[in-house]
Amino acid sequence: MITSLIAQKLTCVRGERRIFADLDFRVSAGEALVVEGANGAGKTSLLRLIAGFLTPVSGSLVLDTDKGAIADGEERGRHIGWLGHHDAVKPQLDVGEQLEFFARLYGAGGDVKPVLERVGIARQRELPCRYLSAGQKKRLGLARLLMSGRGLWLLDEPFAALDTAGRALAADLMRTHCASGGMVIAATHDPLGLEARSLRLEAA
Amino acid sequence: MSGPFISLVMRDLKLASRSGGSAALALAFFALVATLVPLGVGANLNLLARIAGGVLWVGAVLAALLSLDRLYQGDFDDGSLDLIALSPLSLEQVALAKLLAHWFSTGLPLTLLSPLLALLFGLPGPGTWALFVSLLIGTPAVSAVGAIGASLTLSLKRGGLILPLIILPLLAPAVIFGAGAVTAALDHLSNGALGLLSAFAAAAVLLSPFAAAACVRLNLAG
Amino acid sequence: MFRYANPAVFMRLSGALLPWISGAAAILLAMGLWMGFRVPPDYQQGMTVTIMFVHVPAAIVAEVAYGAIAVASLFSLVWRHPLADTAARAAAPLGAVFTALGLVTGSLWGRPMWGAYWVWDARLTSFLLLLFLYLGYMALWNAIEDETRAARAAAILALVGAVNLPIIKFSVDWWNTLHQGESIVSGQIARVFMWPLAFMAFGYMALFAALWMVRIRTEIVNRRARSLIQRAG
Repeated sequence: MITSLIAQKLTCVRGERRIFADLDFRVSAGEALVVEGANGAGKTSLLRLIAGFLTPVSGSLVLDTDKGAIADGEERGRHIGWLGHHDAVKPQLDVGEQLEFFARLYGAGGDVKPVLERVGIARQRELPCRYLSAGQKKRLGLARLLMSGRGLWLLDEPFAALDTAGRALAADLMRTHCASGGMVIAATHDPLGLEARSLRLEAA
Repeated sequence: MSGPFISLVMRDLKLASRSGGSAALALAFFALVATLVPLGVGANLNLLARIAGGVLWVGAVLAALLSLDRLYQGDFDDGSLDLIALSPLSLEQVALAKLLAHWFSTGLPLTLLSPLLALLFGLPGPGTWALFVSLLIGTPAVSAVGAIGASLTLSLKRGGLILPLIILPLLAPAVIFGAGAVTAALDHLSNGALGLLSAFAAAAVLLSPFAAAACVRLNLAG
Repeated sequence: MFRYANPAVFMRLSGALLPWISGAAAILLAMGLWMGFRVPPDYQQGMTVTIMFVHVPAAIVAEVAYGAIAVASLFSLVWRHPLADTAARAAAPLGAVFTALGLVTGSLWGRPMWGAYWVWDARLTSFLLLLFLYLGYMALWNAIEDETRAARAAAILALVGAVNLPIIKFSVDWWNTLHQGESIVSGQIARVFMWPLAFMAFGYMALFAALWMVRIRTEIVNRRARSLIQRAG
């Protein structure tokens, strides 16, 4: 179980460009944080930094869990459910295969059927992913989040490509996740549809 | 840990075998090279038998090279690599899994096809056997060195052009020892080529996951 | 050690050293050439042996330069020092040129010796492969736009190449004996040839060191100019 994520004086530089500097924030279990900011303000960079893909040039980022604090980026990654802005869907695999592979890769047991039903693509289980619409691929991404069993969800534009029902579904999943002690950090321009704190990134 | 590892190997194999996967294309390329060479140098079977080891080894390396983009590029472009990086596997384990899958879907089929192509070159029995064994031992090294190149050039739009320039010189020892084993078999000599090839392959397979993981880390930051 | 890796300190230090190293290179090369043209003809090779004085040092510097790149890359990867990246990048074209020089002089030597401009001599073959290693390394640097990432990737490649280079050389030697190739230098080098060769070798080294410094200094100054322009704009 994760208890909190604390960032202190976080500074991110990419190439010779300073993306953001001296960023402080804190998210506790059960909370959602919306990362806002104009294009290029560094929303995706912040998410990739929390996921451990990027290393901050200075500052600290600590994930507290019931088994102790984690400062290492790759170790932190083991607690993260990721929904990036690429769909991460292979056209050659069918929906079921895709989700089953992911479950096994993450060492998460359990049947994929209820998860596919939850996100509303159970009927497409046998369908090769090349025939999925962009919104359906996003739903598959949401299914992966549920399947991962990870505590900290990092979502980059979670509502992009989703229809009204899909948006409601995504908001509902986030609400449920927070209610069960999870943590959500989402970069989005849209209202999240649930109670959330906000972090505004200003372009440096 | 074995569950996630095997699932990744199996998925990569599945992707390679489905339509759009390049496993079959690499085999066709290999066969085509073996067909074009006699057309270029003439049909003298004595000459062809002499050069068979070298030609087929070079052909196998080039064929394996064609399918290297499958190793990381697809997963990088569609964001799958992010998800794989967050799995319980370390990036070194990921690199090893991908290396294994690449060998099973490219190096192994090329090796299995080689006796048939050796027939076209009139390679005698011992030479064919040496070619088969040397490819079996040496193609993992090709996948291993190739994996380093593929992970280095991940973020490049023109990566496909630079990749051969980077890895072909590094693969010279594999070609030398591999073709050398065939020559030795033809001349009924023993020159230790297979031993040297094994050592090269072992070192390449052991070191490659570390180098490839470092490159993947670098590209995930991008 | 790290004190000298600071760009400002490096500029001062190299600025003071550069005239001396350049002067040493000029004197050593002039001496070496003068002595080289005065050696008696070799009993086997005649006057063509003098090509050795421009060939062998080029070959040595070609390898030293790759070693320098590998060491700088190690520094860059382990200690993340930007000057190490600059140094590694600056050495590559020099190494490539010395390798090419080694290949050209080698084949000029080969013409009277073997009657052909190119024979698959073990040393020439490994230098040809070394040239490709250099070209790949430079191509990778140029292809990646983000400079920090390019530096890191190139450093990894340089280290992989450095591990592989001895294996390549060994395999080429092995291959050469298998196919009964020829070798340029057989037997002991006569004493009269040693001195000019030594002068030329040190002269080449000094020349490489001087050019390397100039290239690093240029890059540092370039970088400063860039950041000044960015700040002004």
